[in-house]
Parts: sequence; C-alpha cells; structure tokens
Amino acid sequence: MLIVLKEELHDRNLAKALIGEIQKAAEDIGRELKIMEVCGTHTVSLRRSGIHSFLPDNITMISGPGCPVCVTPAGYVDNALSLLEEEELTLATFGDMLKVPGSGGISLSRYIGSGRVRIIYSPSDLISMAQSGEKPIVFLGIGFETTIPTIASVFLRAFEQGIHNLFLYPAFKTVPPALQALLSSPDRNFDAFLLPGHVSVILGLEPYRLLEKPGGVPGVITGFEPIDLLGGILSILKQLRAGENKVENAYPRAVRREGNPRAREIMNRLLQPSDELWRGLGIIPLSGMRLKAKYMDFDAGIRFGLPEIRNFEPPGCICAQVIQGKALPNQCSLFGKNCTPDKPVGPCMVSSEGSCAANFRYRELPV
Amino acid sequence: MKHEEKHTHISLEHGSGGALSKELIEKVIYPFFQGRDFPELSDSSCFSLQGRAFITTDTYVVDPPFFPGGNIGSLAVFGTCNDLAVCGAEPRYLTLAFVIEEGFSIGELKKVLHSIKKAAEDAHVKILSGDTKVVPSGKGGGIYINTAGVGESIISFNLSPSRIREGDTILVSAPLGAHGITVLAARESLKIASSLSSDCASLYPLCRSLCSLGEELRFMRDATRGGAAAILNEIAESRSFGLEVVESNFPIEKKIAAAADILGLNVLEIANEGVLIAVVSENAGSKALELLHSKPLGQKACIVGRATSAYPGMVILETTVGGRRVLDLPRGLLLPRIC
Amino acid sequence: MCIAVPMEIVHIYKDGKALVRQDNLETDIDVSLIENPKPGDYVIVHAGFAIEALDLEEAKERLELFKAMSESPGTAIC
Repeated sequence: MLIVLKEELHDRNLAKALIGEIQKAAEDIGRELKIMEVCGTHTVSLRRSGIHSFLPDNITMISGPGCPVCVTPAGYVDNALSLLEEEELTLATFGDMLKVPGSGGISLSRYIGSGRVRIIYSPSDLISMAQSGEKPIVFLGIGFETTIPTIASVFLRAFEQGIHNLFLYPAFKTVPPALQALLSSPDRNFDAFLLPGHVSVILGLEPYRLLEKPGGVPGVITGFEPIDLLGGILSILKQLRAGENKVENAYPRAVRREGNPRAREIMNRLLQPSDELWRGLGIIPLSGMRLKAKYMDFDAGIRFGLPEIRNFEPPGCICAQVIQGKALPNQCSLFGKNCTPDKPVGPCMVSSEGSCAANFRYRELPV
Repeated sequence: MKHEEKHTHISLEHGSGGALSKELIEKVIYPFFQGRDFPELSDSSCFSLQGRAFITTDTYVVDPPFFPGGNIGSLAVFGTCNDLAVCGAEPRYLTLAFVIEEGFSIGELKKVLHSIKKAAEDAHVKILSGDTKVVPSGKGGGIYINTAGVGESIISFNLSPSRIREGDTILVSAPLGAHGITVLAARESLKIASSLSSDCASLYPLCRSLCSLGEELRFMRDATRGGAAAILNEIAESRSFGLEVVESNFPIEKKIAAAADILGLNVLEIANEGVLIAVVSENAGSKALELLHSKPLGQKACIVGRATSAYPGMVILETTVGGRRVLDLPRGLLLPRIC
Repeated sequence: MCIAVPMEIVHIYKDGKALVRQDNLETDIDVSLIENPKPGDYVIVHAGFAIEALDLEEAKERLELFKAMSESPGTAIC
C-alpha cells in the first residue's frame, strides 16, 4: 500500500501535467517570483528530484531557515566541545550535528571512536543509555516542532523514573516566530512560503494565520515527494495569480487542521517559549524552547555552568543572507571554491540539507 | 599432552613471537587452512602462474566486525578477490594478515577464520601465507585484516575507462545499498539491522561471464565505498565523455530503499560488496544483460544508462519524475540523520 | 528539517512502543505521541516516534484530483 502511494507520488505523467499547469500559472503572473521553502528537507527533496530543471524561468526556489544545523550558532558547538574537554561525560547527539564546526573550526567529529560522543537515531535510546551507567549524559537538543515532542517525551519519562544523570542542552527553534521575523524584515525578498510538512503535522494550520494578515504572503503546507512538491508550488502560484495570501494544506494525508495536540501538550509540559539566538538571524523573540522551572535539573547549561551562547560568522560567509532568501548560494564568493561540502566554511554548506550544500551537490546541468 | 586452550581472549603475549604466538597460529589459525591452503607453516610459499597476472591488496577495518550477512573475514576474502575479478583476472592466491586488539575473543576469531575459509572455498582461492600481530587494548578496533591477492588474467587486454566510447551501455549487476546500510544499522544498534543482510559475495562468476564479450567489454568495477555514485564519477572524471543514468532503472530493493529513507541516506551513495558496475559497447548491451541474468548473483541486473559526449567528465541523473541534475560524488560521513 | 517516513503498525507493545513495517523492513518505534494507535494503522515516523497517523483516503483523494487534471488539462483544482 505504501509502495503504491510512493510510486504514484513519483509518477511522470502526473508530474508532466502539474508542470504544464505550473507553466501556465507562471506565465499568467508574468513577473519574477521567489518561493521560499522554509524546510531544509524540502530543499533536498526539490534538488534531489531535479524539480529545478523544469520550473519556469521566472520562478526561483530559495531556501529558508529550516535546517536546524544551519541556524545553530557556532557558540553552541563551542560550548558542547568545552563540555567534552572539561567534564567527564558522554555527549549524545543526532548524526546531523557531528560535522558542524565551532568558531575555531573544530567539530564533534574529532571525538568519533573515542566513545565520548554517541550518535543516536532516536531520543528513546537516551533512557537506556543513562540507565546503563552513572556517568552524566548530555543530549544536544536541536530541532524544530517535529523533533521537540520526541525529546520532551523522553525527558518527561526520565523525570518520572528519577533518572538524574541525563541532561539536555537545548537549542530548539520554533517556526512561526521565524516566519514572522522573515515577513517583517524591511528588505524581504520572497513572494510565498512553501511551509514545512512535518513541523505542520505537529502545529496544524492555526499558527500560520499571521501570513493571512495584510502584507502577508501565501503559505502552502507541502509533503516531500515530487508530486507533493509540484502540487504545493502550483497551489502557491494559483494564490499569487489570484492575489491571495492564504494558509493552505496541500499535505492533508499527514497534516490535520488542529495538528497533533497530544504532541504539543507533551512539548509544552516540559518546555516553555524563550528568546532564541539563530545563526544568521540573530535573536528572535520567543522562537526557542527552554526547560520549565520544575525540570531545570535537566539543564546542562546550568548543571555545568556553560557560558551564554555567542554568535560567530566566518569571514566572507553570507549564510545569514542565504537563509533569509536575500542571496542565492552561488552569489557567495566562497561558494564552490573555498567552501565545498568537503571543506565547508559556513553552516549552510555543512549540513547536507543546508541551502549551499544542496545547491552544490545536486547542481543543475551546465547550459 | 592435552590440547586444552587456556586462553579465551587474545593477550599481548599472543603477538610476542613466543610460546603463545606459536599456540595461536598452530592451534587456532592454521587448522582452518591446513591441507587445502598452505601445506606447511613456512616463512613464505611458492606458487606458479602462466601469462599475465594481477596483484592487489586491501585492508579491512569494518566496524562492527560482525554484521548480518557476513563478517570482516568474508569481506576480506571477497573484497580482494573482487578487485582482481573486475580487472578480468581469475583470483588464485591470497595472503592473510591480522592485526588483533588485545582482549578480542578467541571464539570470535574462530568465527572470522571459519568465514575466511568458507569464502576462500566459494571464491576458489588458496590462502598461501599469513601473519598475526597483536596491539594493546584501546589501540585497535578489535580486529583488522589485510589480504593481498594474485590472479591470472583471462583476457589479453586491460579494462579501462579510457576504452569507453559514446553510446556505450552501463550495467549494474545487483540491487544496491545492502552492505553499507546493514553495517551502519549494526554499528548504530538500530532495530532495522535484523531485517537487513550484507550482499558480500564473489563477483568472479559475473566478471568471467562478461569477459566472454571480448573487446566489447570496456570496464568493470565493484561498487564498494561511495556506492554507485562514486564509481560512476570515477569512470567519468576527466574523460572526454560523460555518463547519463536513469534513477528509476537502478536495481534497488524496496526494503533497502525504505531503510535509506528512514536514515536520510541516498542508496546510490551506499557501499556494496556484491555489486558490479560494467560498461560494454552499445551493441553488446543486451547480450551483457543476458549474461548477467544467467548467473544467480546477476538475476536482477539492469541497464542503467549510457556514455554520452554531451557532458564530458560528468555524471547526469534523470530523476524518477524526469528531472535532470548532476549526480555528485558522495560527501562526508555516512550517519543516520533526522534532518 | 525533519525526515519522516510512513510505516504500518504491526503490533502494539505494552509500554507505548510498537512494531512497524515497511516492505519487510521492521523496527520498533514509540507511539506515545499519537492517539489510539492500533495494528494496521499507517503512521508517520520521525526519529523513532510516530508523530501522526497517515490518512490514506486523503492521499487518494488528492492524487485523484491530480489525475483528473492530467486527463483534462485546465481543470480547476486546489
């Protein structure tokens, strides 16, 4: 059943029909259009499926701030590295964080094989990891609303079970405040949002209503298969042609209007909104999530006396402009020359779903 | 005198050259190869070959050393034999050198030796010489193996990407990704590992079969580290031709595709140990496919693309929905991702 | 941002965990974030957690719209 669905979502004839409609709508609109895919997984899916190669010339897809690795400040990595140097503990992290360099250019990958950095696929592995020894385990809490509830549920369980050697170093980010910041940026440079599918699974449609206010832009929640992506782009163009700015759900098989309240409740039981530093965007009010007072004993920052997270941008790197849609990766003087996936300078080249890395790896054909 | 083994784990003394070294070699390792392979323990072994011959060496450090569908032992035999086979050589002889970490279980060593013996029989190679060293605990990853191999050429010319011409056909012999994703899942103790199995196998039967095409066969390579994407780029790199491949033509098991999706990986970039990529002339394409289909390991072989003069030095992928993009070299570490 | 894949629930364990499958690939996940999971349900799995049930009827409906459009271009949809 799932396979049939997947095959249909890659169907060439459907793709052709959708591209035809997209071309018609783009022609009707006439002017240059920039659509921001907020989510890094969208960036990769668009690139991997080669959708860029058949979009009309007047449509440019630009990547937004939805790659958690890209928006994690270098100072966060610095603090994680200092934990390893100064404390007897194990760092647990998603594989995504391993390559991200701190301000000194060093990343956690230098500890691979030392047993001090453990890569986990699921936060649920943290409980048994903590129970298997006495040593403190610090989990690098990165991610957006999709991932936060999974981590929250594990820490709530750890609280119930009285596990006291498991700690959280939160650098969580939430999407709607970032959209607000992008929307109200004085030199904003995009016409619509392709909204993140799996964040929306948790959030539902309501938190995006800010887009429907005057001065807003169309926002279409979209899945990740090629037909999903083309369908999402078409919905955006239809809104733009009609001069609308509505929130639309083009991923109804996964996203309900009300989202997943149970997951949100779990997330909000452990955590509360906080001002958060985004690499490239600076501090966005209430765009992060920190532990509530009741659960503060889990906080690795407090337990190990970590300094405040500092921002640092490598010289010459324009990632900050890229994730706001104000520049394209190939407009950076470092892109593909001093900065490649093998030798990344900025965060957008580090993460495989970073805009620069995806542009470099899945490049279009030379003309 | 009773031949009881007093030791259950490798100690530094097993590598000292003294009594324990002798016991390890004579009582644990040698019995697996006595008779069929090296007839007696000596400093070196004698063999003879006729005509053109190939030699190769490779070192195996796979982590973890045991994984579903194989272990470092079978890998060390098949990997080196496959490097000979893809050059159009029949694998004949191997050397076998171990670097074992202090504390490694002798029971597990025996499992590795058993796999080596079985793989050598499957691949019809003899193990002619060996060596064992022990490193202190913490200085190695349990067990590392080096094998060197010698093979006799069964064709009279060298296979090379320089023989590829515009229009030539690219074939892939078996479904991609099984080995790399199995090892990754085993290393990270992921539950999906129990549904997976490495494809580790001898490619010589497939290679021999394709060699019957004579000069129509241009080039062969086993798609190991970096997977199909790395090999295709290696073939095209700095050549006057490029390669055009079609994503939906690559043989990929649905189970492997699902595992790759879960872990955020691309099957074309994942290592294989039983997959051959071959380039043959345009006319020989369907004959080559027939030859591969006639062998057990090649039953799911597919034609995946062709050489083109349009994009010299590049590999171009036509995606499932008909988009076109560059197929890049794999970059970075293979790690499970959530993003 | 967030990789997630659809899988089918095969069995529910007692402790909020479930066995799920996609094409003979089986794994255990946590189902405590969703309401009333049961065998036969399709779920979306992210980082080892089911984050939502998958609505195949919705999927079918949307694909039907696209198919109709591909058969008669210009039909208004979405």
